Amino acid sequence: MSPGLALLAAVTAALLLLIGRAIVLARRGAPVEVRPLAPVAAVADAIDSAVAAGRPVFFVPGSRDLDNMQTVAALSLLEQVARLCAEKGARLHVPVNRSMVMQMARSTCRAAFEAAGRGHAWRDDQVDYISDDPLGFVARVDGLVERERPGACFYFGFFASESLLLAEGGRHVGAVQVAGTASPVQLPFFVSSCDETLMGEELFAAGAKLSGDAALLGSLRGQDLGKRLAVALIVAGVALASLAQAGWAPAAAAWRVVSGLLAEV
Amino acid sequence: MARFQPRHLLAAVAVTLIVAAFVAPPGGDDPGGPAAFFAFCDAQFSSWFGILAVFAFLLGGVSLVGTHLRRVLLRERDWTYSIVTLVSFLGVLVVGLAKLGGAPGLQGDPFAPDAWLTKVFDGVLSPLHATLYSLLAFYVASASYRAFRARSLETSVLLGSALVVLVGRIPSADRLTAWLPADMAFLRLEALSLWLLKVPNTAGQRAIMIGVALGVVSLAVRMIAGVERGKGGLE
Repeated sequence: MSPGLALLAAVTAALLLLIGRAIVLARRGAPVEVRPLAPVAAVADAIDSAVAAGRPVFFVPGSRDLDNMQTVAALSLLEQVARLCAEKGARLHVPVNRSMVMQMARSTCRAAFEAAGRGHAWRDDQVDYISDDPLGFVARVDGLVERERPGACFYFGFFASESLLLAEGGRHVGAVQVAGTASPVQLPFFVSSCDETLMGEELFAAGAKLSGDAALLGSLRGQDLGKRLAVALIVAGVALASLAQAGWAPAAAAWRVVSGLLAEV
Repeated sequence: MARFQPRHLLAAVAVTLIVAAFVAPPGGDDPGGPAAFFAFCDAQFSSWFGILAVFAFLLGGVSLVGTHLRRVLLRERDWTYSIVTLVSFLGVLVVGLAKLGGAPGLQGDPFAPDAWLTKVFDGVLSPLHATLYSLLAFYVASASYRAFRARSLETSVLLGSALVVLVGRIPSADRLTAWLPADMAFLRLEALSLWLLKVPNTAGQRAIMIGVALGVVSLAVRMIAGVERGKGGLE
């Protein structure tokens, strides 16, 4: 293993240990405080308003397959949304554009409805496989939204150009919309077309926040510690590069070593 | 002894792929010893995912036909649309499997220039894609109008930045502020536009990407540790 990869492995191991330790501590009862996330609170409110209006709830778990971590995060959120829908008596519709996501979404929703004691209210065809073709998928979902006029639309996961086409369709029928993606290019579209938007890392934290599970919340604590580590490394790197540029010989030597290691990664 | 569950397999595969990323990085020399095992797993697991996806696609097709067939048979709401879906799906399936108009046999290219499948794509699917995609222009305009209304300090800053970038990227932008002296060239529109894109925009995007990377690691740890075991029926 090259020195650069060894450095990356050490940072990765440190992150894994920080997050793992935070999960263990949270399981043992250590308190975990997570800042309020407005989009997470908006999810329950949106389902309430859909139930009050007698309109269905739409959940789109991105446009990528299960090998995309944003899709996995979206399914984690789907479990919580399905639980809330089951508890509040909302009609949930999950259009998907990948067969494997369809299978996972069906088992996730079925389990959530059964856990809420409303297994009889769930039908597998509420998770609707449409098409792998992104624009074909959007056309069908926008058509469904226009005809069924959902009261709440959730878009979580990876989206490309579909983001605006979907969000504007939901906005047109007056649905309360909450979105979340880790794709920076699509965030402005969701921010301008949806009522609330989970940005970047919030997508991966929202499922844990909604579930209230101690171990899941503990992982968020570990994630924050990882962020502190990242900030410390960035500040140290900026200081080292600045001192090296100012001509301080020890800093210049150290910077040469560090930049050599980073170039290997 | 703990009963074997799918999440155990998930954890084993995830740990193997993480180790492989370090001991047998893609594009490196052929590793020997134990590293060769990880390189093998790294290559094979991706292929296996593709094979699984193909079988899952069959499930998707069966689900689609079943759902729409039921809607037609039970005359459910909007059942006529389901007829269009079924006819399109089955029609393209037959055209593609039989390789109508193209070279037959397993080795025949279904997308040969004379194949019906190519004509379906060029004559039907591509125009439909273009039609739907063109809606984006109107949606972007309406979304921009909402986003750029100066209702607060933040939206005013957004509006100002957007105007600078928009005007700064047009071909004749350099003429508008060319009168500025050389020592104030950084205030010229094209320079300001480039600065906004390269500095604040890049900084914001990097901050988001660092957070996303940490979120992905956190989610991966939760899955490997089995904390997310309820998700997707992995219990």
